[in-house]
Amino acid sequence: MSANLSAIFYLISGILFILALRGLSSPETSRQGNFFGILGMTIAITVTFLSIGSFSSGLTYVLIFLLIGGLIGTFIAYKIPMTAMPELVAGFHSLVGLSAVLVAVSAFLNPEAFNLGSPRSIKLASLIEMSIGAAVGAITFSGSIIAFLKLQGIMSGSPITFRGQHLLNALLLISIVALTYLLCSTQSPNFFWTLLIVSFLIGFLLIIPIGGADMPVVISMLNSYSGWAAAGIGFTLENSALIITGALVGSSGAILSYIMCKGMNRSFFNVILGGFGASEQSSSSGDKEHRPVKSGNAEDAAFLMKNASSVIIVPGYGMAVAQAQHALREMVDTLKKNDIKVTYAIHPVAGRMPGHMNVLLAEANVPYDEVFELEEINNDFANADVAFVIGANDVTNPAAKSDPQSPIYGMPVLDVEKCKSVLFVKRSLSPGYAGIDNDLFYKENTLMLFADAKKMTEEITKNL
Amino acid sequence: MEIDPFIFRLSIFILSIFIGYYVVWSVTPSLHTPLMSVTNAISSVIIVGAIIAGLAGNSDNDFTTSNILGFLAISLAAVNIFGGFLVTQRMLQMYKKKKKDK
Repeated sequence: MSANLSAIFYLISGILFILALRGLSSPETSRQGNFFGILGMTIAITVTFLSIGSFSSGLTYVLIFLLIGGLIGTFIAYKIPMTAMPELVAGFHSLVGLSAVLVAVSAFLNPEAFNLGSPRSIKLASLIEMSIGAAVGAITFSGSIIAFLKLQGIMSGSPITFRGQHLLNALLLISIVALTYLLCSTQSPNFFWTLLIVSFLIGFLLIIPIGGADMPVVISMLNSYSGWAAAGIGFTLENSALIITGALVGSSGAILSYIMCKGMNRSFFNVILGGFGASEQSSSSGDKEHRPVKSGNAEDAAFLMKNASSVIIVPGYGMAVAQAQHALREMVDTLKKNDIKVTYAIHPVAGRMPGHMNVLLAEANVPYDEVFELEEINNDFANADVAFVIGANDVTNPAAKSDPQSPIYGMPVLDVEKCKSVLFVKRSLSPGYAGIDNDLFYKENTLMLFADAKKMTEEITKNL
Repeated sequence: MEIDPFIFRLSIFILSIFIGYYVVWSVTPSLHTPLMSVTNAISSVIIVGAIIAGLAGNSDNDFTTSNILGFLAISLAAVNIFGGFLVTQRMLQMYKKKKKDK
């Protein structure tokens, strides 16, 4: 196949990828969008095979490795529970990063195959593009591995900080630029390997100081990085499908990071520099614990809800941990049979990744038109009878509106306290991830339900 | 004076960032998780480079390091492509509207 013809096909698959993202503007068109994505990928892979043309024995191996990867991917896709979606996405990001590194190394060792010149005299522009692709890929890889370990609970979710951390990171970043310059002027492979090692190190150091609750930002950011890595490789290979896709994914991740940061009223740099919540934990626990709290059981909760005419449910990460989404849905079904209006309110940073709660509710067969975002539903709390907070904490804290001293002051929160009564399912009075006490616990109209989210929901259903 | 082909690629890149910006802002927040998994899948179009690396210049069974790295990259990218699209598919199947009989 001629180079021009294959370039046109690569353009077509780029356009199909744009349509794939476009499809996600509404759930109705989303499945068609995913189909466009698959079609685009099929075209890109087929065209690559056709453009190489001469099939040697290598082809068998290529197909075998393709098959192995495909089978593993298919297996994971069908087995993974929806609650583990953040870990899965982090894991997948690391694979994109690593394959970008492998392709860059391969191109560095054998530049003839990619029309980039010969070893030790690779075209300057290609060398720069290759270095960028490899460095960003390596950062994505090691960063995603750390994010994965933190989300999976293998590594502690609390931030790891040490003195001189920011200085070290800054020095390493500067050394990347220096190494790229040295690599380009000497073409010496040693600089290329050092560049890779330093990049792996940066990815690692960049993510360890970031705490568990900031994971939505981290995952979005790594999503963006994986895109930029792909684009870097796309420039090296002079492939428009890769350039288009890399740019799309890069801007998508950047926008998601921005939305997540806004959801927490924090700047991107504040999140990246990390350490949030580490200092607060000790100070808040002392005096406030003595304040009176009204606690109740499943019967009280059922009584309150039975007599309500509208209930708003506020889910958070705790619901995911307790796997309570199906029990919740059963409770809501019972409420609906009693002609009680039920809606769901989702905070942008609820859960561990953007849209995490929506997927879990969808899994439990909650129709998506009963689920609302913060801006859509926040005014309804004042007219609702009961707010049922399950596994959320900081996103309901009224201190964000009233207390300028609070670390989360200014963060948009759900106006749960405006409801006639608030039911708060929580295992204990411990503060949330931000490490701050929630005034909502001590309000007159709040009833605390101390139990595992799933068990409590099931018991309430029995009592309804 | 001729324009360097790099400039054309750069134009594609920058225009695509703008397309991405507008397209992604129109994605509904409830589909942000599928958005991440599908972007994951499509960024694995990097497999194109891996295939070229895997097939480059071998005429017999004598594989270079470069080929082997290509093979590995193919596997990794394939995990992502199949895993990413299928898990997105699985999620999107779950998004349903309220049934009419309610």
